[in-house]
Amino acid sequence: MLALIPLVYLVIRASEAGGGQIMAILLRERTFALIGRSLAFAMTVTAASVVTGVGLAVLVARTDLPGRRLLAALAPLPLAVPSYVAAFAWISWLPGVSGFRGAVLVLTLCCYPFVYLPVLAVLRQSDGGAEEVARTLGRGPWSALRAVTLPRVIPAASAGGLLVALYALSDFGAVSILRYDVFTRVIHTSYSASFDRTPAAVLGLLLVLITVCFAAGERLARRREVASVAAGSARPPARLPLGRNRIAAVLATYSVLTLALVVPGASLLFWFVTGLSGGLEWDRLLPALGATTWFAGLGAVAATLAAIPVGVLAARHRGRLATGVEQAIWAAHALPGLVVGLAIVFLGIRMLPGIYQRTPLLVLAYVVLFLPAAVASVRASVALSSPRIEEVARSLGARPGAVLRRVTLPLAAPGIGAGAALVLLTAMKELPATLLLRPTGSDTLATRLWSHTGVGAYAAAAPYAILLVVLAVLPTFALMRLTGAWGEAAEQEARS
Amino acid sequence: MRKTSTATAFLAGSLLLSACGSSATESSTSTTDATAAAPQTVTIYSGRNEALVGPLLSQVESATGTKIDVRYGDSSALAAQLLEEGDRSPADVFFSQDAGALGALAKAGRLSTLDSSTTGAVLKGYADANGSWVATSARARVVAYDPASAPEAETFTSIDAILDPKYKGKIGFAPTNASFHSFVTALRVTKGEAGAKDWLTKFKANSPQAYEKNGAVLAAVDSGEVSLGLINHYYWHELVAEKGADAVNAKIRFLNADDPGALINVAGVGVLKSSDTQDAAAKVVAYLTSKPSQQYFADETAEYPVVAGVTTDKHDLPDLASLTSAGIDLGQLDSLEATLGMLDEVGLT
Repeated sequence: MLALIPLVYLVIRASEAGGGQIMAILLRERTFALIGRSLAFAMTVTAASVVTGVGLAVLVARTDLPGRRLLAALAPLPLAVPSYVAAFAWISWLPGVSGFRGAVLVLTLCCYPFVYLPVLAVLRQSDGGAEEVARTLGRGPWSALRAVTLPRVIPAASAGGLLVALYALSDFGAVSILRYDVFTRVIHTSYSASFDRTPAAVLGLLLVLITVCFAAGERLARRREVASVAAGSARPPARLPLGRNRIAAVLATYSVLTLALVVPGASLLFWFVTGLSGGLEWDRLLPALGATTWFAGLGAVAATLAAIPVGVLAARHRGRLATGVEQAIWAAHALPGLVVGLAIVFLGIRMLPGIYQRTPLLVLAYVVLFLPAAVASVRASVALSSPRIEEVARSLGARPGAVLRRVTLPLAAPGIGAGAALVLLTAMKELPATLLLRPTGSDTLATRLWSHTGVGAYAAAAPYAILLVVLAVLPTFALMRLTGAWGEAAEQEARS
Repeated sequence: MRKTSTATAFLAGSLLLSACGSSATESSTSTTDATAAAPQTVTIYSGRNEALVGPLLSQVESATGTKIDVRYGDSSALAAQLLEEGDRSPADVFFSQDAGALGALAKAGRLSTLDSSTTGAVLKGYADANGSWVATSARARVVAYDPASAPEAETFTSIDAILDPKYKGKIGFAPTNASFHSFVTALRVTKGEAGAKDWLTKFKANSPQAYEKNGAVLAAVDSGEVSLGLINHYYWHELVAEKGADAVNAKIRFLNADDPGALINVAGVGVLKSSDTQDAAAKVVAYLTSKPSQQYFADETAEYPVVAGVTTDKHDLPDLASLTSAGIDLGQLDSLEATLGMLDEVGLT
């Protein structure tokens, strides 16, 4: 139901226009050209992110890459860098990083963790036994990985890819800074230039339509899902030796992280040191830090709790209901945050006036915005373990609730943890909906950052951006450890 | 799905009980006992940046004895939010970065009519004709230039100068920015529809480079990426404040007063019709057009005061009286629609 709020709003607003006006808005030559650009852009970013995310996850989880623990922990952090900050960092350093190529580079570096995190979770969950069987049948270690384990990664990778595609489609800040003109610009201009919400709603519905097609495509891509019966007693698979490719692998991973973290980081430090507006305003910094942790933390908890039933349903049932629920959740996910925020303003002030511009409504907005990220991760993890295990538990007399609590969820823990981490990191940097819905007078790191960059005070803005990334480190560490997505516990167990 | 909503409802409910009690936005005091001792709370939706107006709003608080809650945001997003909120809006005052957002609210019938003593306090032409909003400060459109590659811009008097083919690909502008749109409206007023379209067509033929906003245009001029840029004057002062005067390479040129390229844009303020603290809100608005506030804009944000007799020696600015607005009603949306239509036709969007 929650996921449908933006849709209801868009339909109400769009229906204010007559059929003729709707056609006029849709049939503008410019609209089509921009949709084409947006689609090509989203697909390129997705392909690049899938390659980067899966590559990093395999190297970190399955090879003897030196420093892999540190890498595993650092790799999700680019998700905490607001993409418009990364964009500005790049373009202020290298003005040539603009247009299509620049935008693809920056968005890929911001988005690959959407693929990396769920894929890593799946790799951590997978059983070494299957690969060993393949090896006894004469396959080499890499060939066994390719034949046995990689197919199991497809659902997680494709769900992550969908998240990337929709993020790229909905992004406005970064692409406009990088001077690449896309479809969302038309929506934003409709608000900012003519203050007319009707064309924005019509175009928003068009975006919903595109999203539904993307989501359907993604479902096709993961039709071949492979569950493992043995997941309950999995033991970690052997790490593969990189051999002569070791140096190349090290260079590749570190250069990705350098580009994704060090470049924005260095830019931020440079602003901080050279700008005149620099300085640490502790009395603003600390409350913003607290508010960010509080709002995003609640958002992550709420979205994860909401995602568990949906994710289990989507993984276990193939009926029309399950498909419908999953589709509905995705539908609004490519809408710019401003549109989703306005939808919640519209319905919130009418239906929940008591919590309007208070914490619960902001948390609700985060759930609407980020539920798909959590669902995708939960679903992919649940799908990995075979329903047979649950059937066995039921046949032994366990009630459905107990099966869920004691069998399904523990097995899917790495995926649930990865989902929570995804929501937390994206909610921390969320801006447009936060600006509309936060309690009046309270600020998050992202809103302070926006406020300072709004007057060109980059030195004053830098501490907020740096703090956003630093703040992201701890929960990511904790979540990955807690849920075993990091794989340390399993490895230690195997060693003893 | 039911589980989902139950879980969320539960969460929302428990949060409501436990979490937030501090930031009450409602101001329940009715206007009839405005003279009562308890200070009233006025909620301002501010599209102007906190760094620019935060100190001023604290000043307003102490001067009027009204408690002020400010919600900062982007002017057009806040306008859309106010339109969505309708009569239930918690906002009392809307402080906008540009006239267009105020015009949109006025057109939707969301703004109260201001007292004539407030609208009369400002220079002629700096308040809405129907009294729905009043300007609080003004900025001039200028041409920013890189003295290394376009030193001749120092003597520009008309915006037509940038149509010279030697600037092909060397002009930066922010096509989606409200201030560019009002410049185009000014073009239409001064040159007529055909003349404006002709100018825009020539401008487009010069392959101007599109940037996201005025600040980005100026940064491109400052780094020499482009030679000329169409911006508002105070962005240059912001850049100087951040980098230091010696580190800023770009310069700005004020064009002739009667040229559309020297258009004056305003920031302004209005009171929401749905506000239940009309009197207190009106006092806040009146204070923003008073001498102390106007002195603040002149000294701190390098903008032009909109009342007579306020001057500053902190910034080197031409006198506002020497720059006359092209005589167009900036809040007029019908005119804005025609402007957007023309830009669409020429292909400059």
